[in-house]
Amino acid sequence: MTNGLDSKVPAGPLEKKWEQHKFDSKLINPANRRKFEIIIVGSGLAGGAAAATLGELGYKVKCFCYQDSPRRAHSIAAQGGINAAKNYQNDGDSVYRLFYDTIKGGDFRSREANVYRLAEVSANIIDQCVAQGVPFAREYGGLLANRSFGGAQVSRTFYARGQTGQQLLLGAYSALCKQIAAGTVEMFPRTEMLDVVIVDGHAKGIVVRDMVTGRISSHAGDTVVLATGGYGNVFYLSTNAKGCNVTAAYRAHKRGAFFANPCYTQIHPTCIPVTGEYQSKLTLMSESLRNDGRVWAPKKQGDKRPPREIPDAERDYYLERKYPSFGNLAPRDISSRAAKEACDDGRGVGETGLGVYLDFRDAIARLGEPVVRERYGNLFDMYHKITNEDAYHQPMRIYPAVHYTMGGLWVDYNLMSNVPGLHVLGEANFSDHGANRLGASALMQGLADGYFVLPNTIGGYLATQVNKRPPLDHPEFKKTEEDVRNRTAQLLGIKGKRSVDSFHRELGLLMWDKCGMARNDTGLREALKRIPQLREEFWKNVRVLGENEELNQSLEKAGRVADFLEFGELMCYDALHRRESCGGHFREEFQTADGEAKRDDENFTYVAAWQFVNESSPPLLHKEALNFENVHLATRSYK
Amino acid sequence: MSTAGPAKRNFKVRVWRQKSGAAAGKFVDYDAPNIPADASFLEMLDIVNEALIARSEDPIAFDHDCREGICGMCSLVIDGVAHGPNRATTTCQLYMRHFADGETIHIEPFRAKSFPVLKDLVTDRRALDRIQQAGGFITARTGSAPDGNSVAVPKVHADAAMDAAACIGCGACAAACPNASAMLFLGAKVSHLALLPQGQPERTSRVLKMLRQHDAEGFGNCTNHYECEAVCPAEISVSFIAKLNREYAFASAKESVGVE
Repeated sequence: MTNGLDSKVPAGPLEKKWEQHKFDSKLINPANRRKFEIIIVGSGLAGGAAAATLGELGYKVKCFCYQDSPRRAHSIAAQGGINAAKNYQNDGDSVYRLFYDTIKGGDFRSREANVYRLAEVSANIIDQCVAQGVPFAREYGGLLANRSFGGAQVSRTFYARGQTGQQLLLGAYSALCKQIAAGTVEMFPRTEMLDVVIVDGHAKGIVVRDMVTGRISSHAGDTVVLATGGYGNVFYLSTNAKGCNVTAAYRAHKRGAFFANPCYTQIHPTCIPVTGEYQSKLTLMSESLRNDGRVWAPKKQGDKRPPREIPDAERDYYLERKYPSFGNLAPRDISSRAAKEACDDGRGVGETGLGVYLDFRDAIARLGEPVVRERYGNLFDMYHKITNEDAYHQPMRIYPAVHYTMGGLWVDYNLMSNVPGLHVLGEANFSDHGANRLGASALMQGLADGYFVLPNTIGGYLATQVNKRPPLDHPEFKKTEEDVRNRTAQLLGIKGKRSVDSFHRELGLLMWDKCGMARNDTGLREALKRIPQLREEFWKNVRVLGENEELNQSLEKAGRVADFLEFGELMCYDALHRRESCGGHFREEFQTADGEAKRDDENFTYVAAWQFVNESSPPLLHKEALNFENVHLATRSYK
Repeated sequence: MSTAGPAKRNFKVRVWRQKSGAAAGKFVDYDAPNIPADASFLEMLDIVNEALIARSEDPIAFDHDCREGICGMCSLVIDGVAHGPNRATTTCQLYMRHFADGETIHIEPFRAKSFPVLKDLVTDRRALDRIQQAGGFITARTGSAPDGNSVAVPKVHADAAMDAAACIGCGACAAACPNASAMLFLGAKVSHLALLPQGQPERTSRVLKMLRQHDAEGFGNCTNHYECEAVCPAEISVSFIAKLNREYAFASAKESVGVE
């Protein structure tokens, strides 16, 4: 165990750190930028924004994504909004308040300086997006509109109907398109990164598979940027897109990059409940619905009456009861646990008993149906398509589901991992959300990293790397390519009996059961025993048909599931070692008398960054102490 | 489209199978027994694929990703209709309760010269990206933007721009059009940017470049069949094609006299 991780947070007062750091960082002069090649994996808000901005600055950029177009990255599915400390509502918002809310929302497990910088650049993001033509919602006077989100008492969330992620991504995508046309960015869609190439200790390239022809090839660069999203699909069922995976991050981890806080996963309180085992994904209903919807469960156990027949006196509006000052806008981790508590108590609704109500009856009475329709119409439509139920006339049934992962590859203040030259952005890194992310903060972080942070910090690394890009015939490229080919051949050669999906489902159920909304010592130890067995069976008995030299979706999935089968174990190690409850990590042994998360600041105020050792040894823990110089560590209360 | 019926249903699916872009394709029939009515269309295909894998037969390749109707990756022509029988619905948001027990369902890839088949139901839609690269953007250097509230945008304009911007770029419009025209896609992007004050400086050149790229990709012209609007999962109105035509007429008139 070491305490030697250097976060490279600049000295000086919080408000001056970023400004001073930008001034102190080395610059690359415009004529030299075109000599540097930057590899970016992922084209969502973080990767797309970074590719567009770095291309615009004059660097040569190569951008890779597994989808058929960069516009389809999963950022597109974010519904509710993006936070920014504009204080357009004159309701007392400020950079410091956004910073404080985010630190508190993260249960005091994030890095102060990163979060402050995020709050600082949040206002620039809105300006940038407006300039690109993002059609944010507006008031009748033509100025930008805001709404409220969980964990805040100010209205600072900007939105584009229920499709904010789509519109922000299409903004970044349009900027990317401009650079592709200008020739500064070369785009590689339907191309999956399968390994990172390390030369003399620095990340200098990647090995990719063309998903149409199966061709495996290498790309060399002066630096590698991973913006490959989160690992929620380790649970099989999540709100992530089907293709979301941990492979790029996990391959980098196996090549030396530390994985930080993998046990911090966000279970979103308002998703459509699971209906059957054929189910392939879960669908989120935006948190913005909690602005007007009231969450409740029946007071009586096993109350099977239709919801409209349950009188108010027999309903438990449990969020309003337990958290009167935040009410239905309590943060996600707290709301999810409260829903679980009601269902565990036998008061869940719907066929499975795993559901609670999100009720718009009072909002419709107060505002009228047309207003509710205008605010949330597309969400009500989506709910209707999936469940065949009309939420204007009966409450929605909701249940928590895996949504976002706060953990990720460890990065310093410059967004560089402990492997020199390997930068990590967006959900793929760990840095800004601590143990719980607040609503409307993921879009903010992805765009902050891509538009404003990395373009200012990357020069510091590149300035030390003049003429150091290795040629493609360097032995490390050949060796890594060989590793990838062997692994692919191995997957195709097993010719076992079970499909890839059947393994993925089994892993997902295990993770949800033992490392989901609530964890305990016994369960985690069971999972740590079971996962290696499942992995062993996978490598003996998985059936991957077809060949490498074709479009082969089973082979794509097999590679990703193989990585989840190792990564799941890492998550459980982290969850087991963190003997406290904080944010999305709830250890049943550590809770207050009224069931709230109980942190242990004395022993756990650190980032747990794990080093890969080998397949048969547990990972090695490194710690980055979290120093709170500005914020007083307090028990997080939303009461 | 009735939703009533048994909770588990039996279907026959007649699916277009094509090993690669170069190979010839054909329809192949499969049984899809015991499908839960609450399963989505793509989950039905997942179930069929699991059965194929169990018999060591190549599973059906199809594009999909978010499975919540927003990424635009899923496609399919179902019983002759792009994205299937429900209005304003992507294939991934179509549920088996909308199909009657015992029904035979025809499944094909999107058909358009500009969307070549890669395998089975997977097509190459990069032509749409190239149209956007030709000019579907507002030049706004990162960091140079003025305050977001410095220019007021009337709510009706912002709302209309949002109506157009809701396009998910799936290409169903071109797949449904007898002329394989992507003018609904193109009209949506041109209108979205032309409706906003930020989009004015490049308004003329944008429509000219994008429309010429659209034609160069081999998409046809709109002759008012409105099939595109009927299948559009994002409910993009054909009035945006009318706006595209007006934008193009003004722009080409300006171009002909040398004015930007």
